[in-house]
Amino acid sequence: MEEGKVFSQSVQQSAAAYAIIHEKFGTAVSAFDANETMPFFEVLDTGLWPEIALFMRDHAKLKFNYMACMTGMDYQAEEKLGIVCNLESLSLFNHKLAVKVKCARDGGSIPTVAYVWHTANWHEREAYDMFGMLFAGHPDFRRILCPDDWEGFPLRKDYKVQESYHGIKVPY
Amino acid sequence: MQELDTAGLGSIRVTRKNDHTVVIEKDLATEQMVLAMGPQHPSTHGVLKLECLTDGEVITEAEPFLGYLHRCFEKCCENVDYPAIVPYTDRLDYLSGMNSEFAYALAVEKLLDIEIPRRVEFIRVIVAELNRIASHLVAIGTYGIDLGAFTPFLFCFRDREIILGLLEWASGARMLYNYIWIGGLAYDVPSDFLKRVGEFVTYFRPKAVELCNLLTKNEIFVKRTIGIGIMPADVAINYGWSGPMLRGSGVKWDLRRNDPYSVYPELDFNVPVPDGKLSVVGDCLSRHLVRALEMEESLKIIEQCIAKMPSAEGFNPRSAIPKRIRPKAGEVYVRAENPRGELGFYIQSDGKSTKPLRCKARSSCFVNLSAMKDLSKGQLIPDLVAIIGSIDIVLGEVDR
Repeated sequence: MEEGKVFSQSVQQSAAAYAIIHEKFGTAVSAFDANETMPFFEVLDTGLWPEIALFMRDHAKLKFNYMACMTGMDYQAEEKLGIVCNLESLSLFNHKLAVKVKCARDGGSIPTVAYVWHTANWHEREAYDMFGMLFAGHPDFRRILCPDDWEGFPLRKDYKVQESYHGIKVPY
Repeated sequence: MQELDTAGLGSIRVTRKNDHTVVIEKDLATEQMVLAMGPQHPSTHGVLKLECLTDGEVITEAEPFLGYLHRCFEKCCENVDYPAIVPYTDRLDYLSGMNSEFAYALAVEKLLDIEIPRRVEFIRVIVAELNRIASHLVAIGTYGIDLGAFTPFLFCFRDREIILGLLEWASGARMLYNYIWIGGLAYDVPSDFLKRVGEFVTYFRPKAVELCNLLTKNEIFVKRTIGIGIMPADVAINYGWSGPMLRGSGVKWDLRRNDPYSVYPELDFNVPVPDGKLSVVGDCLSRHLVRALEMEESLKIIEQCIAKMPSAEGFNPRSAIPKRIRPKAGEVYVRAENPRGELGFYIQSDGKSTKPLRCKARSSCFVNLSAMKDLSKGQLIPDLVAIIGSIDIVLGEVDR
């Protein structure tokens, strides 16, 4: 967090929560990005993500018990795919924090957190369905919204829709 | 005893004969059968398929299959300008279009960092709360039908018709409004609108009580729902439940109160949570009760808004709308309390384009439905219908 800048109370709360995580995991997490719209940090060591998630959920001063949202992302310029998780502590503390996890664009894999928050189960399936990153250790890993035999991952920036699906013309 | 340990679930029955003896019957498990419910089943409220593995009348596993209504809302968003997304949000949860537009407008406004005229805020809250009542009326009415009570449905739709009439008068459309725009509204409300809304509040207040009694004091309805599909509070939070579903499990969490937006901090209303007197906390009846009681709170909110609203003199509903909507680079996650729970929008802007780089809708129904597999385990087939109905899904929002 830059010195001499005044931040709103919610950003300060997020920063305090981040400090606890940073103390435990050190260089495995990036610096805290203090912006007013969505303060976040990034998990640099992707393999540690489930451990960080569990720590965030169970630490007595964090208690991020609620995953509000998980968004799949395509960082085309960086040649990466990723997820953005919006976490918060429902009815215990007021802090909110977003976490970003990235993986390689081709065949990249992120360890699952479906065992930490049940919400992640379907959201990870959705992220896979739309972007094609893998979630290692997911209990029920398959597409969720598109049919199982659909080609490609629709929300990738370079997605080209297939010509036909079971004899039905797809592009309109 | 060892034999009992290895026996599968449902294959043994233990009955008490007297104080000293119990009768143990074993090897009761029948052949399991796959029963597909949907996609065209009235109780799934749209196109949802549940593949149930049944052991006699008992469901051992119910797996939801979705996506029948998937049209990739998020891809559409990346191809149109920010204001052009508003009509798409109507089609997410088509029973509460106003609330969806409201959430989306809030998200973009936070990214733009603009001030909204006070009258716009009050009008938004009024139409959103009217839409919430209309949506709850559909939820309650169709839930009655699911469980074999046809009359409440007709009562619900009679009153919903009045709300749809009012919203049509304001916006020009009955369900897909395109009324709440980024930074303002499409139009001011018609001159007599507030008077008519006031009349509706007076008319509907006793009707809401009547409707609540019609079902919650009906023994058949209560027997079908009480103690069915119980969800403990901590599991509900872990599943990411929100809205009436979460409150039905006894968690007092309402975004209008806990993460307030618009003018909600100025308004006085309760957050109804079941106390366990009429229902078992966390069961289907609790969730129904929350919806039934919430309508009264919405009426209270509307009344206060009418009283507090600034006059229409010199008011231009489009005054705060930027000429060109191009937010600065950044990302935002903003949510609002929809009739079905938390509807959130994650929007990423690159600061150059008039189209979002990424726009994700966090759908409350999608998240609420994900607990279906756990909720249905070991339930009877007719109870499964009661459970799906109590989740109150709109497939337009589940599949997006």
